[in-house]
Amino acid sequence: MPPGQTQLLIIVGYLAALILLGLVSNRYFRGTAIDYFIASRGLGPVLLVLSVFGTTMTAFAIQGSSGEAWASGVGVYGKMASWSGIVHAMCFFLVGVRLWAFGKRYGYQTQIQFFRDRFESSGLGLVLFPALVLLQMPYIIIGIIGAGNMIQAATVGAFPQFFSSSSPTAHGAIPFWLGTLVSTGVVWLYVSLGGARATAWANALQTLIFLVVGVVTFAAVADRLGGFARAAQTVQEYNPTKLTRGVSDEHRRVYERKLAAYEAAKSANPRPAALKPHRPKEMTELEFLSYGTIPLSVAMFPHLFQLWLTARSAKTFRLTVTLHPVLIMLIWAPCVVIGVWATSAMVDGRPVIPADFGNPNAVLGLMVRMLADPVVSGFLAAGVLAAILGGMDAQFLCLGSMFTHDIVDHYVAHGRLTDHQRLLTGRTFVVLVVAASWVLTLLLKEAKPIFGLAIWCFSGFASLFPLVFGALYWKRMSKWGAYASVLAGIGTGVYLYLRAGQAAGFAGRVEPLVAGVVPAVPMVAAATVALIIVSLLTRAPSSATVEKFFRKNAHAR
Amino acid sequence: MRRLVIALIVLLAVVHQDFWWRYDHRTLVLGFLPVSLAYHIGVSVAACLLWGLACRHCWPAGLDEPEELASSAEPPYGRGGH
Repeated sequence: MPPGQTQLLIIVGYLAALILLGLVSNRYFRGTAIDYFIASRGLGPVLLVLSVFGTTMTAFAIQGSSGEAWASGVGVYGKMASWSGIVHAMCFFLVGVRLWAFGKRYGYQTQIQFFRDRFESSGLGLVLFPALVLLQMPYIIIGIIGAGNMIQAATVGAFPQFFSSSSPTAHGAIPFWLGTLVSTGVVWLYVSLGGARATAWANALQTLIFLVVGVVTFAAVADRLGGFARAAQTVQEYNPTKLTRGVSDEHRRVYERKLAAYEAAKSANPRPAALKPHRPKEMTELEFLSYGTIPLSVAMFPHLFQLWLTARSAKTFRLTVTLHPVLIMLIWAPCVVIGVWATSAMVDGRPVIPADFGNPNAVLGLMVRMLADPVVSGFLAAGVLAAILGGMDAQFLCLGSMFTHDIVDHYVAHGRLTDHQRLLTGRTFVVLVVAASWVLTLLLKEAKPIFGLAIWCFSGFASLFPLVFGALYWKRMSKWGAYASVLAGIGTGVYLYLRAGQAAGFAGRVEPLVAGVVPAVPMVAAATVALIIVSLLTRAPSSATVEKFFRKNAHAR
Repeated sequence: MRRLVIALIVLLAVVHQDFWWRYDHRTLVLGFLPVSLAYHIGVSVAACLLWGLACRHCWPAGLDEPEELASSAEPPYGRGGH
């Protein structure tokens, strides 16, 4: 079989399974808008935990975690994965469950419906809607780009007679436009067939796939490198700082010694069979601590809010709150270890990752290529696709719901859309969102700033955390406090992004640290301060609203 | 018990900052896991256990309501919209 065709068969099998799920879920579809958007609030605990996890984890959990570990060492697990385990579960517990309860009680299907009611303000939607859509779009586009690139990379050589290319990394591969068209088309198909139920089922399948892929890849890579212990000892020998967050004098001495050996080998042979050590890079304690603010973003992801609403009961959340940290660990730990091993991996006397390699996201792919096993490569491609599509389907459905409920029903029909009209409008908007996302992806494929922008979007969602937390727990929080919080948080982010971008140039990755901390820290701080001060200076919510949301067990009664 | 669980979760967030392994590249848990990574895997497991305890002992009362009190399927137009 020509190279790339095994991988293509595995990818096609995975996409076919998604379509099959869509068809089966369609048999359970009740033909109502509430069933389409939030599965009639009927999901049980196992489906909820798998689908919430699948939606929360992006391709970064597989590709990005390995790449960041390769670049920065094991500290990436603590600053991203174990922080997320603690903070995500907290957000589900403190925010998700209560929003679900209010959603069930008062019939909310989007975040904006809740905030409009809680703050007695129709206009708040005009601020929140563009903010949420603009923060979400870069993720969707990057996801589609990732899917297209992954399909292309995995199928190189599959059809040289149909898809010839001068580039060796694209010759015979499924072209980018076709890979993105097929993957987004499949997502659209199963979302259209089964709505939120299909999305939840697909996410559950995708979660299982990328958990298995992570473990299988981990075991296969360890075996190829001579075993777990041997792989780790090589890192101790060549790049000890990849096993720590700090850089000691001993680490610097090791680096200088290994670098001198590499330079000597290189002067004798331009392609030396020696490993170039990575320059020691410190992760400060302040940076490590500040990453704890990033996972606050999950409290305001619109697609996650919609997924929360699919829960059958409040108790359904318990399994999600409990298991989420361990699920994160199961996917992140193997990928981080592979990334660390990659810094010092040698096979047949040659480094697996070339010296001065500059693309961290490709590290996992190179480690898998070292195995020379098309089946493992195919499963890795399917796993990464699963991670990408798992977030994308919920985002498409959610944007369709927001356009339907927050714009068309609220401003055009003034709340008079029938159930059938809402369903039709939602389905139409999902098609438009998918098509617009695909076209934007083709247009922005080469626009590098979009990758740098995505890092800041997480911070943008995190800066909205004070808004939702205050709305749920502080009865004195006023409408103007809400406006001030959104504008201060997002405004601070835009200012910091433009300042950092002007200094570093927008074409590259805009440095995400501001004064040694992630931008989410000043953004959340500004949003919180504005919220408190402006709320105290302006009129409190009416007693009817306070009664509605804050009387004892208001979330239930 | 409720206060103990909350205190333990706060403590977990504090001990997440494991500066004590900052320069230790020699210790390998199970012969291959860097000690700092093994510690944070432990933090993830501890988070699972503690949030499980929180669900058992700190769960807000009255969240699940009888079906007849739940809303109709109609989403709200919202008071803010009038």
